[in-house]
Amino acid sequence: MQISLLLEMAAESFPDRPMLSGPDGPVLGEEVLARARGGAAWLAQQPGKTLVFCGLNGPTLPVALFAGSLAGMPFAPVNYRLADADLRKLLARTAPSVAIVDADMVARAEGIEGVTVVTREAFDAACLDPANRAAEIEPSEQDIAVLLFTSGTTGEPKAAVLRHGNLTSYVVSTVEFMGAEEGEAALISVPPYHIAGISAILTGIYGGRRLVYVSAFTPEIWVDTALGEAVTHAMVVPTMLGRILDVLDARAITLPTLRALSYGGGRMPLPVIERSLGLLPHVDYVNAYGLTETSSTVAVLGPDDHREAISSQDPKVRARLGSVGRPLPTLELEIRCPDGKPVPAGESGEIHVRGEQVAGEYLHKKVLSDDGWFATNDAGYLDEAGYLYVEGRLDDVIVRGGENISPGEIEDVLRAHPSVRDVAVLGLPDDQWGERVAAVLVCDDAPAIAELAAWVKARLRSTKTPETWEFRAELPYNETGKLLRRVLKVELTTRVAA
Amino acid sequence: MELKPGSRWKSAVCTSEVVVVRPPKTPVSLECGGQPMVALAATAPEGLELSPDFSGGTAVGKRYFDEAAGLEVLGSKAGKGSLAIDGKPLNLKEAKALPASD
Repeated sequence: MQISLLLEMAAESFPDRPMLSGPDGPVLGEEVLARARGGAAWLAQQPGKTLVFCGLNGPTLPVALFAGSLAGMPFAPVNYRLADADLRKLLARTAPSVAIVDADMVARAEGIEGVTVVTREAFDAACLDPANRAAEIEPSEQDIAVLLFTSGTTGEPKAAVLRHGNLTSYVVSTVEFMGAEEGEAALISVPPYHIAGISAILTGIYGGRRLVYVSAFTPEIWVDTALGEAVTHAMVVPTMLGRILDVLDARAITLPTLRALSYGGGRMPLPVIERSLGLLPHVDYVNAYGLTETSSTVAVLGPDDHREAISSQDPKVRARLGSVGRPLPTLELEIRCPDGKPVPAGESGEIHVRGEQVAGEYLHKKVLSDDGWFATNDAGYLDEAGYLYVEGRLDDVIVRGGENISPGEIEDVLRAHPSVRDVAVLGLPDDQWGERVAAVLVCDDAPAIAELAAWVKARLRSTKTPETWEFRAELPYNETGKLLRRVLKVELTTRVAA
Repeated sequence: MELKPGSRWKSAVCTSEVVVVRPPKTPVSLECGGQPMVALAATAPEGLELSPDFSGGTAVGKRYFDEAAGLEVLGSKAGKGSLAIDGKPLNLKEAKALPASD
């Protein structure tokens, strides 16, 4: 099943429901479909087998995604924030391709062999051209829907393959077709090259929710757009939420139309979500865990879980606020130890998933096991009630004298200290222990190291107290809010060696 | 008929269309309105009529399945005929939608 069928179903069943918010007002379902068909007919005449999107968020993005699908071209959104040389290297890998590029980025993308550059404006015009819209489109046999270059906190970006079957299976099994009430609108602020940016288009359109775009995230624009477009649903990554709350605080306003806020894409600090629950108590909170390779969400902590956890006196139930909820009923999830055997509840290991939405594939390289399991490279554990706790990338787990230590747990404790604004915990090479625990902190007024050490020691086992302390003005994050722990690790290790 | 995942089928007697979500374990005849469905691109035979026994309708966005056969289809266009395999009506899948997470 092709993802374009999701659009066709929505547009044909509800042709006059607003599907997108454009610069000139709402765009109806039938018009979005007509644009996608126009775009597809035009694409069919271009050289190139892959459709690249290099630009900011906006209503052209979903049209391009579906036009690519209709034309049988895998859709490859690329990170325009990359340095010029890296961007060009990535674009060259998509050849032969057609690249829709923002006008102010054209110079950075031009002149690459096999990459035909077209501006966003020119593509928009092709989608509106009556001749293109009237043209017949051959049914597509293309299996690959989307290519996403993984954000690359390490090494060369890999091209994750998402097949039409993976994405449609995720959408059809988790979203009620046109289940949204009239007037619901979803605010999309994750960039186009993020899996959540793709899945938001599919689930929003299939669910009947109008898509509203923030072209590039700033907390001010996000708040203004949420208010101006009467947004009811939104998804944010952890670094966005705190900044949004700052704006709400400064303006002394709330978001009266917002009904549901989902967050994911990294560890959400507990104080931030608690503050959000306080500032926006009328909102349903959803925490989602997923990966590019799994077509987005594989576990969800829903609104009821949030309410139950926040109001509970039972520390076990309260702790669920730090979990990512329970695995989707449509897939299987296991925690396994390094020898591959599943571990009992409460024990840490690597998170494995299996299901139709799980792609587990890179270009020219399938990484699923023979029986269909995908090893996420994330460490985590399930509690007795089946709630999943993600401890971070497996490579980030600190192994100190044979003991596995999760940086996330120590970070949470340090972040709760009143002077600590941000923190990263990582392992550094150590002659005696193999690795030792290091903490890099951003503080308002840096407290004495002894005080911080005592703070951790009072709350965690003594082996988890950092032995190396470092203070910084800020921590390195990539543009989707992922902490670049590895960058810190390299810096600290080099310094120790020197 | 080969009910491959993703393959699309239309009714011979009404406007219903479906797409195969999960293929059957063994070959079956997929019917709508009491008549075998035909591949979307094919020409439907003429002169067939909707059977009153299979006139409950097919809805867009609903999933229909048969446990024993392993088949699951998704309604992609609505119509008057209802779905069956080898004369046995398909069941409507009552799916619990998840809270919006993207």
